[in-house]
Amino acid sequence: MLKKFDVMRSVCFFFQVHQPYRLRTYRFFDIGDNHHYYDEYLNRSIINRVAERCYIPMNNLLIDLIKEYGENFKVSLSITGTAIDQMQQYAPAALKSFQELVATGNVELLAETYSHTLAALKNDEEFRLQVRKHSAKIEELFGQKPTSFLNTEMIYNDEIGASVADMGFKVMLTEGAKHILGWKSPNYLYCNAINPRLKVLLRNYRLSDDIAFRFSERKWNEWPLTADKYANWIKDVGDNEETVNIFVDYETFGEHNWSSTGIFDFMKALPAAIFKDTDFVFSPPSEVANNLQPISAIHVPQPISWADEERDTTAWLGNDLQDEAFDSLYSIAEKMKHVEDPSILRDWQYMQTSDHFYYMCTKWFTDGEVHKYFNPYPSPYEAFMNYMNILSDLIIRVDRYLLAKESLTPKTDANLIGATQ
Amino acid sequence: MKVLMFGWEFPPHITGGLGTACFGMTQGLAKAGVEVLFVVPKAYGDEDEHAVKIVSASKIKLNIPETVENKHWDKVTFIEVGSNLMPYVGPEDFTKVMELSKAKSLAKTSSVFQETFEFSGKYGSNLLDEVSRYALVGASLAETLDFDVIHAHDWLTYPAGIAAKQISGKPLVVHMHATEFDRSGENVNQQVFDIEKSGMEAADRVITVSNFTRKIVIDRYGIDPEKVITVHNAVEHFTKPEMSEMDRNVDEKVVTFLGRITYQKGPEYFIEAAYKVLKRDPNVRFVMAGTGDMMHKMIRRVARLGIATRFHFTGFLKGDDVDRMYALSDVYVMPSVSEPFGISPLEAVRSNVPVIISRQSGVSEVLTHAIKINFWDVDALADAIYGLLHYPAINTMIEKHGPEELKEMKWDRAALLIKDIYLQVVKEI
Repeated sequence: MLKKFDVMRSVCFFFQVHQPYRLRTYRFFDIGDNHHYYDEYLNRSIINRVAERCYIPMNNLLIDLIKEYGENFKVSLSITGTAIDQMQQYAPAALKSFQELVATGNVELLAETYSHTLAALKNDEEFRLQVRKHSAKIEELFGQKPTSFLNTEMIYNDEIGASVADMGFKVMLTEGAKHILGWKSPNYLYCNAINPRLKVLLRNYRLSDDIAFRFSERKWNEWPLTADKYANWIKDVGDNEETVNIFVDYETFGEHNWSSTGIFDFMKALPAAIFKDTDFVFSPPSEVANNLQPISAIHVPQPISWADEERDTTAWLGNDLQDEAFDSLYSIAEKMKHVEDPSILRDWQYMQTSDHFYYMCTKWFTDGEVHKYFNPYPSPYEAFMNYMNILSDLIIRVDRYLLAKESLTPKTDANLIGATQ
Repeated sequence: MKVLMFGWEFPPHITGGLGTACFGMTQGLAKAGVEVLFVVPKAYGDEDEHAVKIVSASKIKLNIPETVENKHWDKVTFIEVGSNLMPYVGPEDFTKVMELSKAKSLAKTSSVFQETFEFSGKYGSNLLDEVSRYALVGASLAETLDFDVIHAHDWLTYPAGIAAKQISGKPLVVHMHATEFDRSGENVNQQVFDIEKSGMEAADRVITVSNFTRKIVIDRYGIDPEKVITVHNAVEHFTKPEMSEMDRNVDEKVVTFLGRITYQKGPEYFIEAAYKVLKRDPNVRFVMAGTGDMMHKMIRRVARLGIATRFHFTGFLKGDDVDRMYALSDVYVMPSVSEPFGISPLEAVRSNVPVIISRQSGVSEVLTHAIKINFWDVDALADAIYGLLHYPAINTMIEKHGPEELKEMKWDRAALLIKDIYLQVVKEI
């Protein structure tokens, strides 16, 4: 049996931390009149619940593991701008807890779009703007400049990868979708098909979902999942395979799987089990990308994501409701370049959050308790109407703002809006 | 399998959804190989009989005493109806059961009923008289006809069903298309309630047209949940009426309420929502089609709100006018307070009109591609109307998926479930 001792084999853990600004019930008669869009009570109570059940206990658990295992235990995470804003607004203790975790030095923070948008699929300019804004926020709060990237919901294709490379990122995370990989294994380092300088790490969805979705599923024939059993599965990946990428929502710990399921105990016991049975260590994406050579380019012509069976973008886009809302939203992208009003800019970003489009998904009529679980609306129609009411108000505000701005500006050719931009 | 079915109306002579439902159901049953003897109080002769044999109660000679004497002397009970039918004295007295051996009452009864009665078949002031007479018809038919199971639709026919069961010993299935709580809210008519309750208690199975109704039957009437089964109504496919663009003589979008203007249908919520929409967008017309005991009050309310130039009443519509109304509509609203099923939204969907329906309706259990609101939530209703008028993607979605959904709601399917129930009760007897 051939074993490559010269290569350090990695378990690459990545945790996604995200909370959307959920919208309040906004009636059409508020349009043009009331510019408050968010369900404060719901947002406050959810972020506090998640902070208490997941963020803070899981951060503490990771801090303990880092203290115990040092260099051999490093993880990565990404916190969206909308999650950070809500923590600053409603749950400052949670933000402080994340800062303590990052201060250990063993946590790599990734970049993504500020408001967890789907802009990469529609508007590259807005996409880049949001990425810059997010990186700046991360640097400001955590003192770390991200060099690794993941797009909203792991959405990726060759063009998005090329754009991310162009922004200077070294490595990007996405889904190890079966239809992209074919016979290939996700457990290697790949590179972008357009710009090979961007390394691509592919999620091992089986091992990731074992923790994220199946852990507390009593009907699962592997239930209960123990750290030893899981370490054995990692051991069982081919001897030549170099990295096992476990990408999960952070809420997996304590929120989707409650503490009583033993998820924290599992995570606490996992490093020891892996060190005992395998030659793997825990490394973050940038180190994996540095340590390994890409074995080939990965070709992804159509966008993939980590959602649903299809691993495509149909959870957010594709039905008439989603497409109309999405197109209407980005119809003001050009105008938004001339807006400096911070509250309009903020709302424009928050309205781009992918969750709003997820709520309009009609796939859950037939499949997916998962969709229902995350959806505050009784049906996609309500989600759509409410969103459109708010968007109509936002559009009115933008137009009013630009009109006012124009009337304040002396009407010389050079000063016409857009001419100098 | 042969079923003796008691109805109250049959197309084309209908005043509500009951006749339409009976029509679809009997067609479906006939397809499933079930013979249906359909009894209506008054047959006009122009009913569609290709699936069912229509028996008019008016044509039945009430010769109960003789036949009962011949065959069921010892074990069968007989329903006594006093000669003084007006005023109606309540179902307990009406269905007072006596031993037929009492020859005196036999003579009394036969003297009154050995003749044919003319039933109006309408929901009129002598309704309870007619219900009583109809029960006698039921008993008489049960005696002379050959069948396996009895199926009675709504309280009007329950006494007939009970009587038929008592005479024949055949199982009884009663069908709740509406309850007294739906029709009257909390101010129930005690006599009607009692008839409904005794019908369901006497029945071997109770079919409800929705889980919404099933819950009322169990909670409010105390019927054993074991024997209450939901069979959702279905909808017949029809050809969409051809409307040329010329027929639309208004530029504005049209939002329609079509139904009886009664407490049950929630017309006042439609008006309040219309007012809210019109305040924002005057380029909409609202139509309230139908008639009912709340109509004058509703007209006054519209006048008081000052929206009468945008809010129109049509009076009662039937036949082609109904189809025309659907074809003219951009949004159909059914804000019912309590709707056991509610077939009209399905007719609207069939005409490609997006619908807003209250959650307090049976149809909301089967229709996915619709906007659902609580009837009292006028803001949500107004918002849904506004959304449908201003965000065209909803229409596209509903037009795309609505017809697909309707295809699933076939009477053929519902009839199979009903046939299953027949087979169960026949086996149990």
